[in-house]
Amino acid sequence: MRISLALILAASVFALAACNSQLPNSGSDTVDLNKSGNFAQNSPEFFVASVGDRVLFTVDQSTLNDEARSILDAQATWLAQNVEFKALIEGHADEQGTREYNLALGARRASAVQAYLVSRGVADNRLSTITYGKERPIEICSTEACWSQNRRAVTVVNAGGTS
Amino acid sequence: MTVSQKAFSLFLAAFFGLAGFHVSAQTPGPLKIEITEGVIEPMPFAVPAFVAETVSAKDLSEDLAAVVIADLVGTGLFRDIPRNAQISGISNFDSPIQFSDWKAVNAQALITGAVSTQSGGQLVVKFRLFDVFAQAPLGEGLRFVGTTQDWRRMAHKVADAVYARLTGESAYFDSKVVFVSESGPKNARNKRLAIMDYDGANLQNLTDDRSIVLAPRFSPDATKVLYTSYETGSPRAFLLDLSTLKRKALAELPGMSFAPRFSPDGQNVVMSASLSGNTDIYMVNLQSLQATRLTTAPSIETAPSFSPDSQQIVFESDRSGNQQIYVMPASGGEARRLSFGEGRYGTPVWSPRGDLVAFTKINQGRFHIGVIRLDGSEERLLTSSFLDEGPTWSPNGRVLMFFRETPGANGAPSLYSVDITGRNLKKVSAAGNGSDPSWSRLRE
Repeated sequence: MRISLALILAASVFALAACNSQLPNSGSDTVDLNKSGNFAQNSPEFFVASVGDRVLFTVDQSTLNDEARSILDAQATWLAQNVEFKALIEGHADEQGTREYNLALGARRASAVQAYLVSRGVADNRLSTITYGKERPIEICSTEACWSQNRRAVTVVNAGGTS
Repeated sequence: MTVSQKAFSLFLAAFFGLAGFHVSAQTPGPLKIEITEGVIEPMPFAVPAFVAETVSAKDLSEDLAAVVIADLVGTGLFRDIPRNAQISGISNFDSPIQFSDWKAVNAQALITGAVSTQSGGQLVVKFRLFDVFAQAPLGEGLRFVGTTQDWRRMAHKVADAVYARLTGESAYFDSKVVFVSESGPKNARNKRLAIMDYDGANLQNLTDDRSIVLAPRFSPDATKVLYTSYETGSPRAFLLDLSTLKRKALAELPGMSFAPRFSPDGQNVVMSASLSGNTDIYMVNLQSLQATRLTTAPSIETAPSFSPDSQQIVFESDRSGNQQIYVMPASGGEARRLSFGEGRYGTPVWSPRGDLVAFTKINQGRFHIGVIRLDGSEERLLTSSFLDEGPTWSPNGRVLMFFRETPGANGAPSLYSVDITGRNLKKVSAAGNGSDPSWSRLRE
């Protein structure tokens, strides 16, 4: 079952998901594994906590590795089951690049995720992309530990229909 | 020099020179400082207190002289002989100069000035420049008339004239810088457009900080600013009118657009747009609003910048596998690669003189600001730090301003400038935390 695999993977990225609210002190949150069980399966919170809302990239790349594809498979499954949701895919880069190149790189990463989700059956018109380049890091140290978390594409689901 | 007819409140009245103050033909070699690559000894100059010709001009006369001194010393080319080392002062602007007193303190150049206030908030600034060793004036005396609010501009005008006469090159002090003023924590940064004098004075915000704004660039006449904003949700190029502060989206391109920059005639905007993950370069004519696509490769093409003669565009692309600098005709077409060194190269900006391209280089985890000739030779790295990025040229092509960001959780960007010789690196402290500077041309 893809979902159960995704749940295991999701647990490993849950700490990141918890940082997504852009709290100034994000980065060292404790993980409450029981909490995710309280979200309705058709809620954006469940999507973030249990499906996994983000995939990570290596330096200057937009290739999806096996782990990323597994998460995106789970996202596609969830989106197939929750057809009232649309998704905005945010592409991000780490701070180790110039501003405009990183905008282009973020666009490329978001597009890679979009293309993969479409290839897994998600309708094109439910997905849109945006790049933030290096403008919205979630982790703020200046070492690879943080940069690796910032090189990401985040799928933001919205029942209202994200434009 | 002719009388300026510009609509500015500040103008320059020419030929203030009095009898005997014409450029002297018998001066053997006029006082001149050569701006070269080698280490130079700054030229010593003296600015005795400017004469306050009206009582209310006293404070301004001190402030004006201080700005003139700061401008000249800030270039690294000149050294101020402080007041307490000076033997004599100037009590009357028109009295003969006691050159021996200035020679004795080793001042090679002497700048005298007088300031008076007039009814209606008018300020009159006069100055003369002397070659101390030749015991002769260097150029005509000049007289500037403006409003008291413009006193800093008038000081910059004096310093510009002194710089131009002593270096033989145009100057850059009476100019503005538009940039992104930053506040807040690193993971929730607030950004807004701001404008200031080149030295950080007269800082003013141009936008609020509700949306991310990036990379403002002046129009050639410095009346408008192009920038990128997330105001409509996704990144898009915007045009801001500096006199009205009205802004409008340049909506002619599909997808996300960013990195806009004016053509030298101000009629076109060259920028990049991302569609389906592919970023290419487009030109939009501001009259017809027609968009022309200039690149079509599946690679990233962004950060375009025109040559001063409008014939070519320098830009960055990762078509070779990583980020490098290329030059193509302004109409698009085949590009030639300019950068071949180790590492990645981005943010190319063509110099106003046309002979150099400034860039950001990333190599082995360090960022550098550098310059390279148009034939790809003589690459010179001018700075090195955790993150130096986004150079912009001074109006005379002698200085680059850029931003330097410090590492870590509390890291923040500040504006810096450096000479293209690599000397005279300094922080523009008055700007606070800022990034993405764009330097205007010299104001008229």
